[in-house]
Amino acid sequence: MTTRTIFSGFGGQGVLSMGFTLANAGMLEGKYVTYLPSYGVEVRGGTANCTVVVSDEEIASPVASEPEFVVAMNQPSFNRFQNILQSGGLLCVNASLVDIASARSDIEILAIPTSELAEKLGTIKVANMIILGALIKASNIISFDAMIKNLAELLGEGRSKLIKLNKEALEMGFNYVKE
Amino acid sequence: MSGNAALGEAAVLSGCTCYFGYPITPQNELTEYMAKRMGELGRVFIQSESEIAAINMVLGASVAGARAMTSSSSPGMSLKQEGISYLAADELPAVVVDMVRGGPGMGNISPAQSDYLQATRGGGHGDYKTIVLAPGSVQELTEVVPLAFDLADQYRNPVIILGDGMLGQMMEPVSFENIKPPKEYPKDYILTGAKGRPARMVRSLLFDTKEEEEHNWKLVRKYQRMEQNEVRYETFMADDAEMIVVAYGIGARIVRGAIKRLRQENMKVGMLRPITAWPFPAAPLQELANTVHDFFVFEMSAGQMIEDVKLALAGKGRIHFYGRPGGVIPTPVELYRIIGRHYYMAARRKQQ
Repeated sequence: MTTRTIFSGFGGQGVLSMGFTLANAGMLEGKYVTYLPSYGVEVRGGTANCTVVVSDEEIASPVASEPEFVVAMNQPSFNRFQNILQSGGLLCVNASLVDIASARSDIEILAIPTSELAEKLGTIKVANMIILGALIKASNIISFDAMIKNLAELLGEGRSKLIKLNKEALEMGFNYVKE
Repeated sequence: MSGNAALGEAAVLSGCTCYFGYPITPQNELTEYMAKRMGELGRVFIQSESEIAAINMVLGASVAGARAMTSSSSPGMSLKQEGISYLAADELPAVVVDMVRGGPGMGNISPAQSDYLQATRGGGHGDYKTIVLAPGSVQELTEVVPLAFDLADQYRNPVIILGDGMLGQMMEPVSFENIKPPKEYPKDYILTGAKGRPARMVRSLLFDTKEEEEHNWKLVRKYQRMEQNEVRYETFMADDAEMIVVAYGIGARIVRGAIKRLRQENMKVGMLRPITAWPFPAAPLQELANTVHDFFVFEMSAGQMIEDVKLALAGKGRIHFYGRPGGVIPTPVELYRIIGRHYYMAARRKQQ
């Protein structure tokens, strides 16, 4: 199985780190992965996106023409990337910032009030991890366990406070999505 | 690991002892990686004042016997051409990395393949050639880098690694287990101070035209040996193909995705991917032309490698072309549609 996901939003929302977290977890789970960031002129407040492909077989192209999943953290990303999502694909939306009235009718929308949820954890900085947790639950791209184990490697073994916070955020998103 | 970082580690493991570079997107992660890693190992890292200084530092390090490398992207590579010409003339080994971006002029920082001709035709002044290696994945970078250093030492000639912004920026899992400790090469030409031996001179200024001509023919014979021995390429689903796509580097990666889709609809499309852009795999292409009539060249440029394909096929078969210059990254679906249309039209032509 091959899944392609595009993460998109404002620079500074943790869009690239969402993608990198997923790619690294996929690698630890023994899958083929590619991570392709948009690079260079992206600045805080500008737009940022990255493409992550996770597959059981060798990945032909790191560029996704018709991704199965899109995560949109802001309105411009929602408008742009909902159009390339494949029919029946899943769009995870940051409902705190995005108006989904103009959504396509042939795709599945998962609206997560990330800001509201993140505030419960005391910081809006983990909004990205909340939506990533929700994506994992809804998509099954990789196992949730791999994602949690991956945190220690990404953040550094010693930084237990950060690991705990990010773990809580991932779990919050994961549990927000009902079966 | 990102392609740029993997390239840096592969160079370190290949025994690169000197790195000189000047920042330019999209290859900055390589310079960043080398700044950290070379210092840790007590090797030489210099961020030079310009691209021109960097390539001439490479020349200096190489003439002193070091395994030296520099890297840049398109506009910076233009500046380095003078130095590369001198390296070729002086018969000095060096590895030069080019992470190509959109051009001409300042262009942009998006990945492109529009410097194929600059890389494969010498690029600077004079009758010279450089081996050009064009890897298509982060893992392949780790195979190509040690090879580049070995070929440079073996032939005493600069070797160019032709990547692009996407290859440099994308991340993939990578293993360095294939890199062996560097081989020893006879360094009977380097300048070490002439203590106890006759003095040596490394220069490219040959006023005597007969002497310069002889030097040129000597270089030509070397390039002929490279053409005989160093051609590298890969085929993909080419055995039963009725149309062969010729693409390299990241372009070939996108084509691969397109071919998978085309095959699902029983369109017999295969690919030949040059790994050495120079020497170009002309012979394998000619051999394919015995059974295949239609060749499809895809490049992220307005059409540069197509010249080599035309030269190789020498009028045989029919050549189709699709190019996206300017730093645009086409998608596999886009290529699937275009190649599919050409395939369909070619099949109809055959029936008539």
